[in-house]
Amino acid sequence: MGTGTKDHAQLSDVFNEDEARVNWHDETLWFVRAKRDKAAHNIPEWEMLREIASQIKDNVLSDLHSYLLEFEANAQENGITVHWAADGEEHNRIVRQILKENGVDRIVKSKSMLTEECHLNEYLQQHDIEVIDTDLGERIVQLAEEPPSHIVLPCIHKKKEEIGELFHEHLGTPEGMSDPVFLTAAARVHLREKFITRRAAITGVNFAVAETGEFVVCTNEGNADMGAHLADVHIACMGIEKLVPQRKHLSVFLRLLARSATGQPITTYSSHFKKPRPRQTMHIVLVDNGRTKQLGRPDFRNSLKCIRCGACMNTCPVYRRSGGHSYHTAIAGPIGSILAPNLDMKQYADLPFASTLCGSCTNVCPVKINIHEQLYKWRQVIVKEGHADPAKSIAMKAMEFTLSSPSVYKIAGKTGRMVMKYAPFMVNNKLNLWYNQREMPEPPKQSFGEWYKQQDFSKEKTN
Amino acid sequence: MTSRAQILARVKENQPELKPLPPAELILSENWGKTPDTVQQQPASANAGQTLHNLEQFRSVLTTIGGALIEVPSYGEILEYLKEHYQAEQRIISTLPELSSIAEPGWENNDPHSLENVDLAIISAHFGVAENAALWITEDLMQQRVAPFICQQLAVVVSKNEILATMHDAYARIGEAEYGFGAFIAGPSKTADIEQSLVLGAHGPKGMTVFLIG
Amino acid sequence: MTVGLFIPCYIDQFYPNAAIATLTLLKKLGVNVVYPPKQTCCGQPMANSGFEHLTQGCNDLFTDNFAEFDYIVSPSGSCVLHIKDHLHAQGKKEEAIQIRKKIYELTEFLTDVLKVEKLTASFPHKVGLHQSCHGQRGLMLAQMTELVDRPYSKPMQLLNMVEGLELVKLNRPDECCGFGGTFCVAEEAVSVKMGKDRVADHLLNGAEYITAADMSCLMHMEGILRRQKSKVKVIHIAEILNAEAPVAATGTTAANSNKPLNA
Repeated sequence: MGTGTKDHAQLSDVFNEDEARVNWHDETLWFVRAKRDKAAHNIPEWEMLREIASQIKDNVLSDLHSYLLEFEANAQENGITVHWAADGEEHNRIVRQILKENGVDRIVKSKSMLTEECHLNEYLQQHDIEVIDTDLGERIVQLAEEPPSHIVLPCIHKKKEEIGELFHEHLGTPEGMSDPVFLTAAARVHLREKFITRRAAITGVNFAVAETGEFVVCTNEGNADMGAHLADVHIACMGIEKLVPQRKHLSVFLRLLARSATGQPITTYSSHFKKPRPRQTMHIVLVDNGRTKQLGRPDFRNSLKCIRCGACMNTCPVYRRSGGHSYHTAIAGPIGSILAPNLDMKQYADLPFASTLCGSCTNVCPVKINIHEQLYKWRQVIVKEGHADPAKSIAMKAMEFTLSSPSVYKIAGKTGRMVMKYAPFMVNNKLNLWYNQREMPEPPKQSFGEWYKQQDFSKEKTN
Repeated sequence: MTSRAQILARVKENQPELKPLPPAELILSENWGKTPDTVQQQPASANAGQTLHNLEQFRSVLTTIGGALIEVPSYGEILEYLKEHYQAEQRIISTLPELSSIAEPGWENNDPHSLENVDLAIISAHFGVAENAALWITEDLMQQRVAPFICQQLAVVVSKNEILATMHDAYARIGEAEYGFGAFIAGPSKTADIEQSLVLGAHGPKGMTVFLIG
Repeated sequence: MTVGLFIPCYIDQFYPNAAIATLTLLKKLGVNVVYPPKQTCCGQPMANSGFEHLTQGCNDLFTDNFAEFDYIVSPSGSCVLHIKDHLHAQGKKEEAIQIRKKIYELTEFLTDVLKVEKLTASFPHKVGLHQSCHGQRGLMLAQMTELVDRPYSKPMQLLNMVEGLELVKLNRPDECCGFGGTFCVAEEAVSVKMGKDRVADHLLNGAEYITAADMSCLMHMEGILRRQKSKVKVIHIAEILNAEAPVAATGTTAANSNKPLNA
């Protein structure tokens, strides 16, 4: 990802060097959050819908074994080939093998966070297979050789002028042209040629129905459909948690998904793929990649209920002011911060701390994942597993010593009031990190405890 | 051990104790998305009131998402409209026999790539949904799956009596229907990937007209 | 009814006036308040940093200090939430469970337990209310903008009883200020930016004072305001609710001059 070994705080420092840009990023995403609020408030039964969606997903996770078997059998019955991949690497190999068998070395791909998670593009390119991302935002970051910074709005970190430059360089649009309508039209022409000429298409999966063996792909652009309906080979990649039990359950999720994501009442296209076209082959790759492990963690398993709407990112005050790339993982923001430590606790030890635990993420989540509570719980796990900064551990032990003893606390207070560095939130005595941009509280002459001791309340007890 | 066996074994081992599905009547709650006044009325007038409410909501939402709505009494008016708005040299395809006089014949069995330069596709929908202006269209109504996506302009004919209130009603209607492919289509293709500026016509149709017939 | 007053460590050390106002206000309302002198901290700074396992000392001390009271009241939503969610005491399991049930943040104690409908306070200023996250989303002191549910606000309900006080409307009524405990130094850049943005919303809408039911948020915003050399001040909600009408300049200190009302 080109972020080296920097953690979220360090990457956020860099992001915050340009304050005007932070304001722009924050306001753009807040606008999406505001649209989400408006859409949700139009549905009086919104909270009930969230509750029902949450219960459906709880049921899926508790009976996943049967649902997977049911889905597989029905999909096969429908003429779809089902593959199973234990991890990202196996997923990539399966995709490559399918393409090889069909003699395809150039493909189109619509948005799939799973393929981002598995780093499919890099893998296929290493094996001389060209991948064209067809979602406009994904195509833009692909041209810029960057990962997406948001799961729904992949290039939300980019300004239109930068996109104009990219298009000038890669698509030959006139220099200095940055009008979104013009740029979108240019991308349409550029990508239409790809749709017409590529023989295999990869799509993600938003929902898969155990009862019928069909899967649903939601887009606004129509790129998944353009790819899949023109290709001889359609490969749909999905995490094993994407199942819903019955077709009618889609009603609940399709009502929630787009409203939560962008404030639209539904995405333009909600395409239900059940059988391949005549002479077309259709494949589904079911991927584990850590999901069964997460399923076995009682405190964290319900993160698998996520439907990838991105609402938690849009509402997160930290995400809006640090940008998606500061999370150095495929899925950024609050949900990414509770998913990533499951995959690699050491590499992502910083992410559960990249939050004030304000709880807004939990409130917007359409499937009621208790995101902020899981962030808190991951912190405990990460510290226990020994991934905390050693200096912080020493500071915490000192704090424990001080705060567990009233007499030590009082002495520390007398000296500490003058020097704020002993305040409990000043981890590791990082006083300068407070003072750089904030004044310190003016120390009072006496603490409340000292004041209280001097009062004479005896006269008050009249009643 | 195959990955399939391994994944299934781990799922079985790690999945929690069974939690029940929410009650079915909640998921298909027929009162959701409906105006409180129509719900309280007597069944007959409630239906009439609800139909009107659905139509109004469908129209308003469709306009918001970039679509256009035209009410027509019959196919004759659709033909007139199309003759007025499209030139003879433009490529028009349709799945509707009533419109065969202005549409090209025989496209259904050609390679889907050959539809690349279609200017207008006119198809029909099973029903529309008031809360989001989505139209439910299955493969049999598309003839070619790519037809409603590859055209420059899309027109969909739907009966005025077939506008349902919510997605719950929609799936209750779909039931166990058999199809190879089906889609809810709501408005023209769109994107807001560049700085959240809404642009119509990303990859699919740049415009969508709904003919509300009856 | 005897209330144990829990004054969080940083209020004790840096903002005694907020604690004095809390004590005075409760007494004014006829409550018998006791301040157990051996209290320190709820343990939240450690727990939120991932060191909950080191909070046993704090937990035991807290339980010893507060188990005896009918209610425990504190002018800090965040600390109250921590106790409610995480207090576990060794060998005093039942006491800890009871404490978790009977601890209240000050404003909810006033609206829900004392059912205060009238206050004698006067504060003729434009005030911006900062909805501290742990109080709002954790203790549900006010409805949250994310949820589709009936609006209410316990702090606002009380502020509306204060004579002369004008609440300013904010563009983002419940966005986090970015304090976040150790987050304020561990993620300095984002924390400060969040604080600046929150403060700017209050300034833009004409607030003369920013108030909250959590002093920690206010300390963070005060640090930013003072660095900007702003005239806008922060003030804990207890100090507003306890503010005397400016009738005579007798210079009495509030704590000594109150007559308790009949309980």
